[in-house]
Amino acid sequence: MNIIVCLKQTFDTEEKIVLESGKISEDGVEFIINPYDEYAVEEAIKLRDEHGGEITVVTVGPERAESALRTALAMGADKAVIVDDQGLELDEYSVAKILAAVIKEREYDIILGGNMAVDNGSGQVGPRLAEELGIPQVTTITKLDIDGGKATIERDVEGDMEVIEVSLPVLVTAQQGLNEPRYPSLPGIMKAKKKPMERLTVDDLNIDGDVSAKTSVTETFLPPKKEAGRVLNGDIQDQVKELVALLRNEAKVI
Amino acid sequence: MEFNLTEEQRMIKNVIRDFAEGEVESGADERDKTGEFPLEVFKKMAKLDLMGLPFPEEYGGAGADTISFAIVVEELSRVCASTGITYSAHISLGGAPINMFGTHEQKQKYLTPLARGEYLGAFGLTEPQAGSDAGGTRTIAVRDGDEWVLNGSKCYITNASYAKALALTAVTDKSKGTSGITAFIVPTDAKGFSVVADYEKMGLHASNTTQLFLEDVRVPHENILGVEGNGFKQFLAVLDGGRIGIGAMAVGIAQGAYEKALAYAKERVQFGQTLSKFQAIQFKLADMAMNIELARNMVYKAAWLKDQGRKFTKEAAMAKLFASEMCMRVCDQAIQIHGGNGYMREYKVERFFRDAKLLEIGEGTSEVLRMVISREIGCR
Repeated sequence: MNIIVCLKQTFDTEEKIVLESGKISEDGVEFIINPYDEYAVEEAIKLRDEHGGEITVVTVGPERAESALRTALAMGADKAVIVDDQGLELDEYSVAKILAAVIKEREYDIILGGNMAVDNGSGQVGPRLAEELGIPQVTTITKLDIDGGKATIERDVEGDMEVIEVSLPVLVTAQQGLNEPRYPSLPGIMKAKKKPMERLTVDDLNIDGDVSAKTSVTETFLPPKKEAGRVLNGDIQDQVKELVALLRNEAKVI
Repeated sequence: MEFNLTEEQRMIKNVIRDFAEGEVESGADERDKTGEFPLEVFKKMAKLDLMGLPFPEEYGGAGADTISFAIVVEELSRVCASTGITYSAHISLGGAPINMFGTHEQKQKYLTPLARGEYLGAFGLTEPQAGSDAGGTRTIAVRDGDEWVLNGSKCYITNASYAKALALTAVTDKSKGTSGITAFIVPTDAKGFSVVADYEKMGLHASNTTQLFLEDVRVPHENILGVEGNGFKQFLAVLDGGRIGIGAMAVGIAQGAYEKALAYAKERVQFGQTLSKFQAIQFKLADMAMNIELARNMVYKAAWLKDQGRKFTKEAAMAKLFASEMCMRVCDQAIQIHGGNGYMREYKVERFFRDAKLLEIGEGTSEVLRMVISREIGCR
């Protein structure tokens, strides 16, 4: 079985976000595999160990993102592809286009990704990629069984569960609860260096159409500091009046 | 000059930090109270193939370097020093002598299972009358045909209850002084060999500290480790490597105590502001951070020299001495910053303080290390 995992390198979830001249500073920041993508890597390894085959992990990002691929290789993936973004402004549309160009040249039975990245949280790249490739997609999955050319999938639908049968090839995105990602073993880490890492640029790819971003970020700002709450006192009637006045004049929500 | 960790070292650090925080930290207080040995932790570490970290792949190891070893010891000690010392002793005292001086057959028989985590490594050196003065070894071995008969006792031996075999030193020729000491590999289930773990210790409660008693223990001649009469030289070399482990432990314990003190200082409010706003406390924390960073650099340098195949006796002694002494100060100040709370077990820093003290004693006291450094810089 040929398995492709798309992953993104993101800020460690414990990092504090610091803005520097309107942009998020990466100074001294620890980077990790996006946690949802880590579920995808783990699931891919389980599938490979059960059905045989090969896992290719793919990312689009700056050079530093290579270390996320190395970690996936250390966990057990077989080879990696990085498309260097060369500092271009890319959005979900662009990344899906680039991934599609990388993947359509390869054989695959299943593509796994995270349900969303913990940085931008759009959850778009997976579905867009499936559309680009013209294959079915199942998002936010919590269980995956493959038998022959068919996958039986449980997916999280806002706290409820849906069971879906779908034929391969298929793209799925991982939700929390799908599995518990393994630690890379020490021999895995030592071997990761020797596994193939293909480095591409956008120019190396035969891309269908334009990859420039369709969206732009106009402003980046931190959420306002949480202020101390206010407790209203007095008669219920007065409290209601005051609350309505505050909602209208101060919070301006009515 | 290169101050970055390699890709592998960085990944090992990430894995062991996650592992330490996820699998080791939660039980540390309870183990400190009950003295329960962290056997489950080591089973899990064996699954990650960490138990043979620096040893050759041929013998079940992973072929990683000494810096990676130091990283693992530091990260374990940052959350549980008992786990840290168990691991450090397993690798640097248990596995290392067999790896350095053993024959191919001895390595296959004793190093491979140790590296796979099937048993823990230990090293029998210290005796009631031979502490810093290891030349005072009284355990004796007498040749009898193809066998040696060993009699004597060892004390303060880490991990021996969980070891299937260990290297220990015995006098084979009293007339030759330190050149009459030989190391033997002794199976712990040999007839006449007993291991007793009943010490009441100040700290490191979950590490296994034992006495060994040998009464007419017979081992075949082939169990001599390396060359007859080389035991003294061998353990000096073993201790050089072990000191990197103790230095790394000290950095880890200090780092753990410092992080707790920093977090506490940022939260605790007195006189209307957090402790971290008082210069008196800020300076304590700044000194802690500085000392930890310096010690870590020295531990890494000693490890790096070892990995380069260069002499590292002086640097390992400096790293261990500086790191263990700064660790004691850092833990002391971590309690001070916590005030009355710091004296209570609940705030954990007192555990770090009790655990830290051993590091100024084991594998060369501070005084012996100053002797080693003096000798290395040419004093005579």
